[in-house]
Parts: sequence; structure tokens; C-alpha cells
Amino acid sequence: MKKEFKVISELILQNSKVLDVGCGDGELMKFLKDNKTSKIRGLEISKNRVQNCLSKGLTVIEGNAENDLQQFPNNSFDFVILSQTLQAFLDPEKVISELLRVGKKAIVTIPNFGYWKVRLNLLIKGTMPVTENLPNEWYNTPNLHMCTLRDFFNFCSKREIKIFKSLALKNDKTLNLSAKNLAWRNLESQLGIFLIEK
Amino acid sequence: MNKLKQFKNIIITKPQKLDCGKEISNFSISYETYGTLNEKKDNAILVFHALTGDQFASGKNPITNKDGWWSYALGSGKAIDTEKFFVICANVIGGCMGSYGPSTIDEETGKPIGTNFPVITINDMVNAQYNLLEHFKIDKLFAVIGGSMGGMQVLQFVSNFPDKSRIAIPIACTSSHSAQNIAFNELGRQAILADTNWKNGLYEENKTSPDKGLAVARMAAHITYLSKKGLQEKFGRKLQERDDLKFSFDADFQIESYLRYQGSVFVDRFDANSYLYITRAMDYFDLSKQFNGNLSAAFSNTTSKFFVISFTSDWLYPTSENREIVIALNAIGADVGFVEIESDKGHDSFLLDVPDFLDTLGNYLKTNYKTLNEKRI
Repeated sequence: MKKEFKVISELILQNSKVLDVGCGDGELMKFLKDNKTSKIRGLEISKNRVQNCLSKGLTVIEGNAENDLQQFPNNSFDFVILSQTLQAFLDPEKVISELLRVGKKAIVTIPNFGYWKVRLNLLIKGTMPVTENLPNEWYNTPNLHMCTLRDFFNFCSKREIKIFKSLALKNDKTLNLSAKNLAWRNLESQLGIFLIEK
Repeated sequence: MNKLKQFKNIIITKPQKLDCGKEISNFSISYETYGTLNEKKDNAILVFHALTGDQFASGKNPITNKDGWWSYALGSGKAIDTEKFFVICANVIGGCMGSYGPSTIDEETGKPIGTNFPVITINDMVNAQYNLLEHFKIDKLFAVIGGSMGGMQVLQFVSNFPDKSRIAIPIACTSSHSAQNIAFNELGRQAILADTNWKNGLYEENKTSPDKGLAVARMAAHITYLSKKGLQEKFGRKLQERDDLKFSFDADFQIESYLRYQGSVFVDRFDANSYLYITRAMDYFDLSKQFNGNLSAAFSNTTSKFFVISFTSDWLYPTSENREIVIALNAIGADVGFVEIESDKGHDSFLLDVPDFLDTLGNYLKTNYKTLNEKRI
């Protein structure tokens, strides 16, 4: 399983109610179901993936996070997970506020556009960055709103969102992440993992 | 039309109060079963049929001599696997395949009940079928499953009996019949009523039969079961066994001939009065109204796990209406899965060979049944 999923699952309390937004083939859901909690639901936009999840016995609803989160009542989950998809939404700000409405806490992971290889790509080659984590060209990327770890820190402070815990992944190594080491982590890590709360 | 003797049936002796206020008792429910009930009696599935369906969901239908209406989904090794599950399917009350309906012979008069039959509802149908659980001494069903009007019965069933089924799978249905749904049903009813052979519903004793009206009703309804794209691809403007237009009102086009055929075979197997009563029951269906406009309240006590399925090209019970059920269930934190299956076969998709649908349904049942067995050990 992806290192990222292991880190996410460590943030989740036993027997809590969890919604995995953009749950894909249900890999994380399955792991959480087997190890953490049976009260887990998924939301996924791809029909095939929803069918896969349902076949595995996972409770998943076909839908788009941008429109279909509104069907869930306030605070109906203890944790809402959004893994590496925030950048693909038309309105990430609205999605974050929906996550924090539906969930008491949200776990958001972000591919870091401040990663040094990304910066170097643009600086040296003068082209939009293409990396392992971001494999698409500018003309076919689903990523509309890329951000850096610093951008996300700034966003949270502007919107008065509490960052409960933040971690960075550097080549599958988990590093602590805070305002103090942000400059360096923003350069060396590919992924940020944020546990946030309104 | 009294076929009672031909079909398996139970007689319900205890009185049932109908929504219209009338009370019925000593009435018949005809049914079929498929597969074997296990010792623990926890592998039973109740399948509800749609408007023109019957208890012959699988195998050969003795009236039409054709495969049962859900042969693609139900049988040995199929999505609803009769090697694993014990499946019960009953003819709804109001129907014409042995259950208490307008074609049942009134013992006092020796004539069919006809339009003296009470106007029934989906709720009445479900309450009548609930007697089958007692008959088979099943405490809790593994699943209730149905498409279209069958899906409405699924919703009503879990609302009425919140702890009597582990799983509920409403397919291609709605929690409330829309104006468009009612309009199409009214069109069908008016076609029957306009047939002079209908004779105020007393056609049997007048030795007539409103075949033309019923056939037109079926033709109109049949169009609503298909998608525009499906029709266009299958028929387009293809001509029926002729090289050119005949400048007449014969069936020049294949689609005309197809619909006429659908109408003509339908009247051989279905009773016109049943068609009136069952469409009326569908029109009266509004589950949220039963709970003062709050659909979630219909499911507030439920312990069932839900799986809602819709189809992309179904415009009769579109995805948006199926999604309303999902939203109502999510609002109360019920365990609900939902998928819209890609298909250009329209509302009829749930009856047809749509592999994505059949696989998803089959896997869902299989996985959940496995989980149940693991828990048991």
C-alpha cells in the first residue's frame, strides 16, 4: 500500500466515522475497514471504480465531490479524507469548506508544487513541470489548481482553518512539517498531509 | 381467467386493512420459489416484480412459454444465484397470475370481481407479500430486490418492516411517481377505457376483451421503457418487409411493426383491469408523503444496507430520482451504496443483458453473503 495511505490511516481513530472522497478503487477504504473502522463510506466519480468498490463490499456512492458532498448533513463524519485531488477541482475553496462542514476533521493531502524538481523544471527547461507525481502535460493535466505546501499553510491561516497536524513525505519518508521548517520542507518533499479542522 | 389452480399459492386468512379503508381476508397470493432455503433460513431473497411482471421471474413462464422476466439476473450461477439463495417472487395483489385481483372469481356471484376490486397501493401489495415470510418461517430476509415498480416495493418494504431484510436493492425506481409517470399511466388507462369492449370492466361476462385498448396502452408504455438512442440504433427508419413507403397506414416502418407485435402478445398474457389497478397503485406511490414530506423519515428505523442502482439512459425513472433516495438515506447516515450503470437500453436495462449491471449486482450479493457467513463462523 502507498506510504501516504499508511500515514493517513495512522491519523484516524478507531471506530470513527470516515468518508473517503475520491476513494478510487477503495484501497485505503479496505485497509481502514480491516484495521480501523467499519463505519466507512466512499464517494467516487468513476463508474467503474464505484462498481469495483461495491464488488469488494465497500459502501460507495457515485458522485462528484464538488456537487455531491452537499447531501451529507453537518458533522456527519469524524474524518473526511481527500487524497491528492484538491488541485483537480474547479473550486477547491468550496470543496475544503464542504469537507469541514461534513466532517469534524478533514485529512487533505497535496502534491507539492514547491518540490525542488518542479521548481527546477520550470527554471531550467522553461516548460511546465512533468514529474512522477504530476505526469501530465499542461494541455492534458486534470490539475487546475496546483499549490505548494506554503500556499496551503497560507490558505488555512487566511480562512481561519486550524491545522491540527501536518506531515510531509519525502521519497516515502515521513517528516514532521511546521511553520518553522516550512521553507525547507516545501523544497524537499513531494507530498503534504494535513489534518485540519474548522 | 381464474388460473388459481394452476399456480402455487397461499391463502391469507387473517384480515388486511387496505389504504382505501376496505378490509380483505381469505385472499390468495400466488408465488414461485427458486433455489433452496438453508437450515438457518438466512439465505432468502424476496424479489418484487414490475408493472407487468409476475411470479415467474426465472425458468419458463407456463403462460407465455418464454423465459421468466428476470432470467438474465436470476438463476443458477447468475447475479442472484439460486445455488446460494432461496428466492421468492410473488404476483402482486391486483395482478392476474393467481393473486387476488380484478380477474379473481367472486365466490358469491361466480363472476370476476372486475371494477369492484378495491383500488390498491404499493403499500397494500407489500403488506400482502409480507405473509410469505411467515409462511416460510423466515425471520429475516437476506435481501429484498426489485426494479421499477419492484423497486418501489423494496422501498416500501424496508419502511414498513425496518429490520426484516439485511439488504435492500431498489433498482431504476423512484420514491414518488412524477407527473410524467402519472401522465403516461393515464394515457394507458384511457386507451383501455376508450375500448368499447372494456364494457365498464365487465368484459368477461360480456364475452368481449378490450384487446385493442390494452395493446395501445402497452405500445405507449413500451416506448417509455426504451431510449431514443436505443430505438434509433435498433430500428432507425428501416422499413418492414417492403422496399418503399406504401402511402397507407399499414406498418411501413419496423418500429411500427415491432410495437404492434409487443401490443398483441401482451394482451394474451395480461388482464386489462389489472393494468388499470396496478398503474393506479404506482401513481399513488409517494413514500415521502407518507412521512409528511420527509423521505428520510421513511427509513429512520431501518437496519438494512442499501444499494441503489440507476441507468444512464433511463428517462422514466432517471438517475436524479434514484439519487433522491440516496440523499434521503445519507441524511440519516444509513449504509447506502449507489451507482449509475452506463447503458443505452433505457428503463428496460434492468431486465436485459447489461453485463456491468449484472456483474455489479452479483458481486455485491456475493461479497455481502460471504461476510454474513464469516460472521456466522
